Amino acid sequence: MTSAEERAEIIRLSAAEIGAAVKAGTYTAVQVTEAFLDRAAEVDGDISAFLHIDRETALAQARSVDTRLASGADLGPLAGVPVAHKDVFTTVDMPTTAASKILEGWRPPYDATVTARLREAGLVILGKTNMDEFAMGSSTENSAYGVTRNPWDLARIPGGSSGGSSAAVAAFEAPLATGTDTGGSIRQPAAVCGLVGAKPTYGGSSRYGLIAFASSLDTPGPFARNVLDAALLHEAFSGHDPHDSTSIDAPVPPVVEAAKRADIEGMRIGVVKEFAGEGYQPGVLQRFHEAVETLESLGAKVVEVSCPSFDTALAAYYLIAPSECSSNLARFDAMRYGLRVEDDGTRSAEEVMSLTRAKGFGPEVKRRIMLGTYALSSGYYDAYYGSAQQVRTLIKRDFEAAFKDVDVLVSPTAPTTAFPIGERADDPMAMYLADLCTIPTNLAGNAALSVPCGLAPEDGLPVGLQIMAPALADDRTYRVGAAFEAALNSKSGADLLSTSPYAV
Amino acid sequence: MSAITRDEVAHLARLSRLALQEDELDQLAAQLDVIISAVAKVQEVATGDIPPSSHALPLTNVYRPDEVHQGLSPEEALAGAPAVEDQRFRVPQILGEEE
Repeated sequence: MTSAEERAEIIRLSAAEIGAAVKAGTYTAVQVTEAFLDRAAEVDGDISAFLHIDRETALAQARSVDTRLASGADLGPLAGVPVAHKDVFTTVDMPTTAASKILEGWRPPYDATVTARLREAGLVILGKTNMDEFAMGSSTENSAYGVTRNPWDLARIPGGSSGGSSAAVAAFEAPLATGTDTGGSIRQPAAVCGLVGAKPTYGGSSRYGLIAFASSLDTPGPFARNVLDAALLHEAFSGHDPHDSTSIDAPVPPVVEAAKRADIEGMRIGVVKEFAGEGYQPGVLQRFHEAVETLESLGAKVVEVSCPSFDTALAAYYLIAPSECSSNLARFDAMRYGLRVEDDGTRSAEEVMSLTRAKGFGPEVKRRIMLGTYALSSGYYDAYYGSAQQVRTLIKRDFEAAFKDVDVLVSPTAPTTAFPIGERADDPMAMYLADLCTIPTNLAGNAALSVPCGLAPEDGLPVGLQIMAPALADDRTYRVGAAFEAALNSKSGADLLSTSPYAV
Repeated sequence: MSAITRDEVAHLARLSRLALQEDELDQLAAQLDVIISAVAKVQEVATGDIPPSSHALPLTNVYRPDEVHQGLSPEEALAGAPAVEDQRFRVPQILGEEE
């Protein structure tokens, strides 16, 4: 049996520390898993981070890991560490719904590559986390199963679309979580919950078994409470996957080594001029400018960089992503899996399909399918989708030009801190602005990381610093992130999360 | 940029296989109009001979050996189906009587 004190001690540990403690025999995977299951049972009523937790399934996985370790298996540094998966990754032993009614109760016949690799590495799946339906949104208010709350302020959003994952880690219900980032859906929730979140290089982490939203943008990535933990999770599920034809056949960048190095003496850092001004909260900009000063004090050379096409990135994204979504979501046709309604024997397949999709999809998903259908329709294709693809070329060129002069680019991760639940619900364009700073990276396929950079003075809520690097240079983002994290912790005397209302 | 009409929205809904309610059509017509006006600025920037990028990275076709592997069993493949008959997916009628 584990005492209450030991349980509190376990959930305070970082993922790296838990892995080391399990390896040393200080705790078993079962003890660790129990501690987090108990924590979730205690606080998830407030947060609603999880859509599915099955205590027995989680403990059975933990027992299996303990058995493998006892027989001498070397499972890597995260063996015995629990992880929460965004409900967009398929899992054979629990439902996968993408937070949609159209997939309610669906049990996939196979594991996603991310899921399978983490199981193989001895991580224990605690459950599936809430999200915006089919990853469409920036607030987790679009889930068909209810909103998730930000542990820093329960009246506010936890970010989106991976908001369940960010809230679970920020409330110490899980030491690690997975998410997907299509336009900022890992970095933005990480920023507003005071966490570290990474969008790996597109193609660096496999999309196999990921319920597709926008295939040219979707990227699985990690959430953690610190940079090293994020790097460990990143490394554990990344790398070439023959099941995904867009997966890059190249070695995983040395992100763990970079997170341990934490030295940026002589690095060249570019501040993106276009990410400031109207729509940015003053406290966010204040913390960002202080972060840039900190990077300079650590020996980096900071210059201002202009990326003029970034101003059009949001517009291009809201043509490209809905176009791909309208195509990807055609698979929900009421024939092979998922919901089917009104099949009374008199209706045609097409009628049943239309009625099922109207009932099964929520408002944001319908809006994006319609927008995508419009952008791809005859007569409008060149003006909208075609032009958006040209803008994408310009954004890639802006990045290429910038990375000739600097090693990484930095910006605020999100223009504001977490906004109140419901504030932007009826205004799609206001909601879309939450991903203003993160979208260019997705369009170009680069690597990016968000690390906490303090609390905004006006509302006391977390602010994120975004660090962007060229494709396959993910290690640079971790190197800068780790150096900055160490400097901030040393300056404030504690890590940011230890000051949150749900800290343990 | 001309405003998007309610009839156009109804047409898009048919193309998208979404049986939308009357109030949804009204609401979407207004929202799509705002969104499309906002995203139309891509046309101002995308002029001349800029090549389009459908993808962030250069893509090449990926081949694999033509080998026999174990796939899903019929039971696994049908496990999530809304209706099954004789080890097949049972679907509503596809051809009308006149066809």
